[in-house]
Amino acid sequence: MTSLIDAESLLVVDVGSVTTRAFLFEVVDLRYRFIASGAAPTTAGAPYHNISEGVRLALDHLHQVTGRTFVGTDEQLIMPASADGSGIDKFAATISVGEPLRVVIVGLLEDISLESARHLASTTYAKVVQSISLNDHRKTDTRLNTILRLRPDMIIAAGGIENGASQSVLKLLEAIGLAGYLQPDRQRPEVLFIGNQAIQPEIRSTFENTMNLHFAPNIRPSLDREQLGPARAELARNYCQVCSQRIPGVVELNTWAKGGLVPGATAFGRVIRFLSKELTTQKGVLGVNLGASAAIIAAAFNGDLSLGVFPQFGLGTSLVDMIDQVPVRDIMRWLTIDLSEDDLIDYVYNKALYPTSLPVSLEETAIEQALARQALYSATRLAVQGFPGQAVYPGDGLLPWFEAIVSTGSILAQSANLAQAALMILDSLQPCGVTTLVLDQNQISSALGAAAAANPVLAVQVLESNSFLHLGTVIAPVGQAHAGSPILRLKMTYESGHEASLEVKKGTLEVVPLPAGQTARLQLQPLHRCDVGMGAPGRGGTLRVSGGALGLIIDSRGRPLVLPEDLKRRKDLYRKWLWTLGGQ
Amino acid sequence: MFAPMKCILPMTIIRRQRILPVAGKVLVRAGQKVGATETIAESNLYPEYLLLDIARGLGVPADQAETYIKCQVGEQLAEKDIIAGPVGIGRRIVRSPRSGKVVVASGGQMLLAISSQPYQMKAGLPGEVIELVPERGVVVESAGALLQGVWGNGRIDSGQLSILAKTPDHEIVSSDLDVTSRGWVILAGYCNDPEVLKAIDDLALHGLILGSMEARLVPLAAKSPVPIIVLEGFGKQPIGSDSHKLLLSLERRDVALNAENRNVLTGVKPEVFFPAVVPSTINPAPDFISLEVNQKVRIVRPPFTGEIGVVEEIKGITAFPAGLRTRAARIHLENGEHTITPLANLEVRT
Repeated sequence: MTSLIDAESLLVVDVGSVTTRAFLFEVVDLRYRFIASGAAPTTAGAPYHNISEGVRLALDHLHQVTGRTFVGTDEQLIMPASADGSGIDKFAATISVGEPLRVVIVGLLEDISLESARHLASTTYAKVVQSISLNDHRKTDTRLNTILRLRPDMIIAAGGIENGASQSVLKLLEAIGLAGYLQPDRQRPEVLFIGNQAIQPEIRSTFENTMNLHFAPNIRPSLDREQLGPARAELARNYCQVCSQRIPGVVELNTWAKGGLVPGATAFGRVIRFLSKELTTQKGVLGVNLGASAAIIAAAFNGDLSLGVFPQFGLGTSLVDMIDQVPVRDIMRWLTIDLSEDDLIDYVYNKALYPTSLPVSLEETAIEQALARQALYSATRLAVQGFPGQAVYPGDGLLPWFEAIVSTGSILAQSANLAQAALMILDSLQPCGVTTLVLDQNQISSALGAAAAANPVLAVQVLESNSFLHLGTVIAPVGQAHAGSPILRLKMTYESGHEASLEVKKGTLEVVPLPAGQTARLQLQPLHRCDVGMGAPGRGGTLRVSGGALGLIIDSRGRPLVLPEDLKRRKDLYRKWLWTLGGQ
Repeated sequence: MFAPMKCILPMTIIRRQRILPVAGKVLVRAGQKVGATETIAESNLYPEYLLLDIARGLGVPADQAETYIKCQVGEQLAEKDIIAGPVGIGRRIVRSPRSGKVVVASGGQMLLAISSQPYQMKAGLPGEVIELVPERGVVVESAGALLQGVWGNGRIDSGQLSILAKTPDHEIVSSDLDVTSRGWVILAGYCNDPEVLKAIDDLALHGLILGSMEARLVPLAAKSPVPIIVLEGFGKQPIGSDSHKLLLSLERRDVALNAENRNVLTGVKPEVFFPAVVPSTINPAPDFISLEVNQKVRIVRPPFTGEIGVVEEIKGITAFPAGLRTRAARIHLENGEHTITPLANLEVRT
């Protein structure tokens, strides 16, 4: 593949379930920069039933913003860019539109290969509709009938460590082979085999006439090792293939991308993994992307990525799924307005009917932000189960230490003020220790990930530019002190030599001014054996911190965060916290 | 400008493609007149197979079992028919446990397709079959009044319209229904009473059209065998004045309810349809109408949820009190008031 290093302009189109965005990157002063974006409603549904119209409208919008023409009179991309300034040199695309894949997972043992297959399925826009394992004791014909009735888009079959079980795996595949035999070619699901590689030839010879077979390296090469990376890439390809078959316009988009179309979540995961390598830290990098189609949680530790895609926590038509998965009371705890459970459920159902509709009043905004908090909270708690083994946790049920948290998605990127965005992130993720909050306001992360596959230089240079907003450094001590007790002493020495000292009490949210572009030396002394991630509970130290749009945020509200049951008290606290962060 | 659309049309021509989820058999012919509840195609949506271990049943090795099999692939078997045997001194045999068709026999095993009731797809509206889609379904054309809703429970039926909702803000309670309701399609306003949904089952109503419904009743409504269509949304909302006016004028007329659930991707919406004989010059219902000045719209979000009005002006980026900045429109509401609403919160009504 030709490197993009020689290219001068790159266009990336991201087709989401609600919005299609077009992003232009260009070389300015010998470095890649994000130039502008255009957006339009996605047109996969009625009345267009073809994503091409949304892509064209997004490009039209980008044309209005930049004055640049991207599509010729023949309705094709002008590529490479011409001397008159029209067109682009390279093109990439991501996609997340459409119903999640309906997946059946197959594995030998429930808590080993089946669990890994489930982890793999959660790395793309998929819904596991059935699992089959040796333990379920169903006969082959019962399994066969189940598959035929569910009509899955894909079957993910795992099982057998390397050079381990073979006959039992083949036996499990019997029902799938029979289902394929009984279905017309075009209705057969894709079958991704990710088990014992030694039996791949036998599977191929036995089932190649009855299954649409795909292979990837074993996701469970040994009992104690899970290896999702290569299978994740193959699953992503399969997702795009299924999208191509069922969503008109995807084939054309992929042709523009020269076959390089990737799922939006995959591209987002790439950026987070990439950042984790760049930051060269023992701690990881966390990425959260809360969109209409799914909540995506990507955590990477030294390049080892864990990716979780949770369609049930998307803020679009799938919102009603959240009501099924989460007790309504759990969502209510985030509310700062007086609302009955029934009214909240009505709101969710109406929002799902009109997923592109927007909150106008403060009350509606409060509801949508409560839903966003719960979606991120629930998705993160599920994702943590698949985080790499090298993640270090400050305590049970808490998030591991992270060096940076990158957040994006319309509800965060387009919130009325940065304080609201920061508070949503802090409440739902509840980071521990010292971390930095980064907001991708332009929602370019996935676009960068799509571009980074071909040219990491572009991703590096754009990430180093000011395309992402640094909200601020967060200090969140973890410990068991009583509310009101002092838990942290800090002294900050600014570049100017000025000093600021603060004794932080448990239960508070404080901000110490430190503008973007400035750094300071921060001396931390935890009290009451509180842990700020400096090696052990009670251990302090000195570190250099960068400023941000909100300054240095000290979140000592406790981990896990427990909010008052009383609405008035909760409302007062939120008013105070928002004011502290500079919002309202 | 792109916006969701809902048809409220007193007279139109509609064409609806009715397609089976999997390949099956089309039971009607082009040009045929069909009723809303008439089966037009069928398929084996929920197939059932039995895998019989013949070798084990006969007590012989798998490679020998085939020689004892008495039936052939494709053969229809009745329950208790002998499939294989006899073998040995005990004259062991294998009988068919259910009636079905032999699909394949190999390796000492036999796969039997069990005879089952096929899924039957109804026409959904009365009209004429104007196109056949081989093995998948048909296109039905009809003329009359059309109202689209936002939620349906998947059922189809037809009957005559009886109106309980004399005003758009009507609220139905179970005592509104009695034996005189039996067999009717009822129009009611807002439903917050689970007993209403139980009563419509007991009274064998042919349909229930609601202005709005509490979302917590969705699981109960989804199970009802009676078609239920919600016109406007969830929570207490009045019936749109345009829908209500049209429905009042159609009292006691024949009506067909296709309560298919709304699907943003496919464009399917639950529909209330009143067949009528109309001149052939009537225009078909549009698939899409752009949002423009003078267009009739309904506001789908607070603080004016359910209000109908006309677009007076499409504005640029506008700031709203809670901080939202987005493109908006100035709407002249039916009550004479004006409001500025995000374009994203408008539904085009035609």
